[in-house]
Amino acid sequence: MSNSGGDRLLEMRNIRIEGFADEKWNPIIRGVDLSLDRGEVLGLIGESGAGKSTLGKASMGYTQPGCRISGGTIVFDGIDLRELSSSRLQRIWGSRIAYVAQSAAASFNPAHKLIDQTVAAAVREGISSDSTARDDARKLYASLQLPEPGSIGERYPHQVSGGQLQRVMTAMALSPRPDLIIFDEPTTALDVTTQVEVLGAIRDIVENFNTAAIYITHDLAVVAQMADRIKVLRYGNEVEEADTREMLAEPKMDYTKSLWAVRTLRKEAKSSAKNVLDIENVDASYGGSAKVLHDVSIRLPLGRTVAIVGESGSGKSTAARVVTGLLPASNGRVLFNGDQLPPDIKNRSKEQLRRIQMIYQMADTAMNPRQTVGEIIGRPLEFYHGLKGKEKEAKVFELLESIELNEEFYDRLPGELSGGQKQRICISRALAAEPDVIICDEVTSALDQIVQEGILQLLMRQQRERGISYLFITHDIATVEAISDEIVVMLNGRVVEQGIKDEVLSPPHPEYTEKLLKSVPEMDPCWLDRVFQEKSIAV
Amino acid sequence: MAVVSTIIKRLLLGLLTLFVVSLIIFGSIQFLPGDFAEAVLGQAATTETVAAFRKELGLDQPSYIRYFDWIGSVMTGDFGTSFSGRAASGVDRSRSVAELIAPRLANTLFLAGMTAVVAVPLALILGITAALWRNSYYDRIVNASTLTTISFPEFFVAYILVLLLGTLWAVFPSLADVQQGMSFGERVYKTALPSLTLTLVIVAHLMRMTRAAIINLLASPYIEMAQLKGESPMRVILFHALPNAWAPIATVTAFNLAYLVVGVVVVEVVFVYPGIGQLMVDAVSSRDIPVVQACALIFAATYILLNLIADVIGIATNPRLLHPK
Repeated sequence: MSNSGGDRLLEMRNIRIEGFADEKWNPIIRGVDLSLDRGEVLGLIGESGAGKSTLGKASMGYTQPGCRISGGTIVFDGIDLRELSSSRLQRIWGSRIAYVAQSAAASFNPAHKLIDQTVAAAVREGISSDSTARDDARKLYASLQLPEPGSIGERYPHQVSGGQLQRVMTAMALSPRPDLIIFDEPTTALDVTTQVEVLGAIRDIVENFNTAAIYITHDLAVVAQMADRIKVLRYGNEVEEADTREMLAEPKMDYTKSLWAVRTLRKEAKSSAKNVLDIENVDASYGGSAKVLHDVSIRLPLGRTVAIVGESGSGKSTAARVVTGLLPASNGRVLFNGDQLPPDIKNRSKEQLRRIQMIYQMADTAMNPRQTVGEIIGRPLEFYHGLKGKEKEAKVFELLESIELNEEFYDRLPGELSGGQKQRICISRALAAEPDVIICDEVTSALDQIVQEGILQLLMRQQRERGISYLFITHDIATVEAISDEIVVMLNGRVVEQGIKDEVLSPPHPEYTEKLLKSVPEMDPCWLDRVFQEKSIAV
Repeated sequence: MAVVSTIIKRLLLGLLTLFVVSLIIFGSIQFLPGDFAEAVLGQAATTETVAAFRKELGLDQPSYIRYFDWIGSVMTGDFGTSFSGRAASGVDRSRSVAELIAPRLANTLFLAGMTAVVAVPLALILGITAALWRNSYYDRIVNASTLTTISFPEFFVAYILVLLLGTLWAVFPSLADVQQGMSFGERVYKTALPSLTLTLVIVAHLMRMTRAAIINLLASPYIEMAQLKGESPMRVILFHALPNAWAPIATVTAFNLAYLVVGVVVVEVVFVYPGIGQLMVDAVSSRDIPVVQACALIFAATYILLNLIADVIGIATNPRLLHPK
């Protein structure tokens, strides 16, 4: 063993990683250094495409198929990982470095029981016997506060919830008692209320076992809770690195500052006496099975934004489908400017269809990949307004300008656009119909924070200029604070409350709203401690 | 149990399919050009003789009555009596359809079984190893050679094998004229060439689909997870990918086994093998309707049964169905 520092565990020097695409090798990581001491947690943050996940996996000496490490050294506890044969490397992965993936639901093999997968590496590497490993796994399940820790391992992955799976995966990583764990966005796919539990569990474990960790995330507030040090990546380069508190208090680089700035976007809530849309006592179900909406009433004031928040499965998107008529309500009615809309989209007039438009979360799949931007935006112009030829073209240019894109985009295909640009095209397609109401279903969830800000600004500007009302579905409270006038909180297909933003966000809250708001991570590094302190007092 | 009820549902659906197929078989035979009575008695026959002959065969009845007569007796295991050898010559030398078909079906099943025993494991092993060492020379050679055998029509493969193994190096007989009373070993020896031909044809298809089914899964996050847990490539394939690939593999296997039973007429003709395919072709040309119908129904039942088994394997290897929430 030739540790360079006293307790240096990992030392990566001048790492370069390339990915093969378009018939050539393209740089993904352009010479990044990374070092980690025993028991230390390093946060890796950056937007999608920054290379944080690639760098995280490279710290194990692993690259995805189609990628290669083209330069640099990776020394783990005195062992040069790049020099190891693949079978030696496999032994290290099984025993000393573990990986926790973003989507636990997809990362567990559906064909095997959880406990079998949990103990596989430890048993294979001879770290413990099968029965000891299983006993230990059950203890880990218990310490991660999984329900029925004695028997949950006998279940298959599809039989437990996403938050539970994420904790089982942490147990799986811990089973061989590794020196280093790579957490790759372990809570990104979870609801905020579940996220808090998982974050707490991960942090306790890392502290108790003195495990070093690399924590990869795009969520600043999360990394603030978890990491001792933070490294910011952009385009495969390091932007800066500092201790967490220092980084949060005074980021040095402009890029880091801009990451911080997004969370300060906030619009002043206004009320409006007249409602453009009233959802009244709506029940709905898919195919006659269990009801997913129970007596839902939501009002959308004219020219305002109503944010619908809630966890996955709370019925947010179903409510949107009822408004659009894609899913006719089984009970109740939807009023538009005081007139009842036919429940089924098939019975609505073209004019009724025009006035309610929709924008989706995945801009990718909401556009025909074979149509150019001009065709995509031109279609509603022709369909609703009968525009053709030059007239249509001129209008498309006008719309492109209003979404801050130039005429060059007219002939492009969706595949040639970035995520933010795609979402802008979807917005302009909705605007082309000149609607009164736009339903936005998680439109910023798939985007990076800086891009999110741009999209939100754009939506707000359109509202000021055109007086459009938004029904804005999201699970992200920061977005809600930024854009909404009123907030609707949903839980299990029911409306918990609806009110002006400031009233909903300030106490007193109904119990569930309280829990939801408490679970939203804050930038303060002590936030997580506080949450758990309050909990233990409450218990 | 959800699985049992699903399987029972599939079984009932299979029976329903078989019923619909029986209707289609019966219906399409009505469209066969010509008439059995005229075909047998020749143009010189008087109208009275033809009418009498038709009456004897029941052809004078309306078709729906004939259908129910037929399907009713089929359900009791009676496939009727062959049209050929009937009393036109004075003596009734006709044989029951079951008696005609049974030895032929046994021969076909023997050939199919012998081929399957070799081909299915071989294809699985080739498919799995090709997936394991994908893009290696081994993978390329296996792919290229199976692509070659699948590209040639089967009669061509058959004649090449006859030329090579039957004539130039006379290892196996070119004629697979098995007879009753032959020993098992003799039968295997006789059917070696047709079996080899069929093996070449189905191994290609099966192997390629097995490889594709596994490689398709290798992009799953749980496979990457397994690799990052330090699992060896072999274990990743066998323990992590394969258990999730059984459903597509079973479907392709069922399809190929069904082909071995119902689609091998050409190979039977080349090797003069007395299988059920040849019997059906003969029966069609001599307008022996009961035999044609019985063969068609057996073929349909084979298809349905094998696909049903594939479905059941798909269900039994799917933990979501096997272990509901």
